[in-house]
Amino acid sequence: MKAKVYVNLKSGVLDPQGKAIQHSVELLGFSGISDVRQGKYFEISLDETMDNERALESIEKMAREVLSNPIIEDYRVEIEA
Amino acid sequence: MKFGVIVFPGSNCDHDAYHVISKHVGQPVDFIWHRETDLSTYDAVILPGGFSYGDYLRAGALARFSPVMNSVKKFAQSGRFVLGICNGFQILCEAGLLPGALIRNRDLHFICEHIYARVETSDSPFTNELTRGTVLRIPIAHAEGNYICDDNTLAELQREDRIVFRYCEKDGTVTDAANPNGSRDNIAGICNRERNVLGLMPHPERACEDLLGSSDGRDIFRSLAATVAAAV
Repeated sequence: MKAKVYVNLKSGVLDPQGKAIQHSVELLGFSGISDVRQGKYFEISLDETMDNERALESIEKMAREVLSNPIIEDYRVEIEA
Repeated sequence: MKFGVIVFPGSNCDHDAYHVISKHVGQPVDFIWHRETDLSTYDAVILPGGFSYGDYLRAGALARFSPVMNSVKKFAQSGRFVLGICNGFQILCEAGLLPGALIRNRDLHFICEHIYARVETSDSPFTNELTRGTVLRIPIAHAEGNYICDDNTLAELQREDRIVFRYCEKDGTVTDAANPNGSRDNIAGICNRERNVLGLMPHPERACEDLLGSSDGRDIFRSLAATVAAAV
């Protein structure tokens, strides 16, 4: 079983890295881009003995307390069988 | 009076802080490895600059889980003094001892240069030997020093006189041009509500000797030492 955690800066938080990436890809000729936001992605392998519900609960807690900083970031958790 | 400098894996300004306390403040000081949990013999601890845990995940995010940090929280709750410099400030924010967060500098660069910071309040254990409005020339050295917080927190910091330092011009004017990293309201340092925990991005421990280009940082340590002396 695998958990996937996506962490992104909240919408109001300035993302200078995303801005720099946007600027570069536009220079390279990619058009029609209105915004780039850079985030983090975690893949967490889980013990086979873990059931779905417990896994979700545990990974949600990890995402909230460690992987993201709730002051500046939002997170999303997906559990994959 | 006894000071402690906490050493995390990746701290690199621990010796500077130690040097300043022993040489300029003239007080006993120990290094405290991050696995220690007994802070009972100390009056003030410094969380030094550096790259604790390689800045992995977020600056300061992993250091917050070091065993010593539970003790630092209790130490702060007991009213004793905690000073977080640069990475130490980032750790204090991640640990919830100070509000807000420090994100990537607005122009993305790692900035290492002397800046001017204005003392915004002398009502703190760290600035009570300084006059409000004094301009200090102190170096910064960081890539994640852009202070951010929500509107309510900013209003609270302003109302409670908890913004201790702001980035400014040489003459003390607070301008956007003098803001090196994009910090909200030019914030360079803040304290907690009880005023015994200070976090700041500039490095006063690197500005305690004329040979190093400035000795303006000494007054911050002098203030802290005077406060501790009065408290013990």
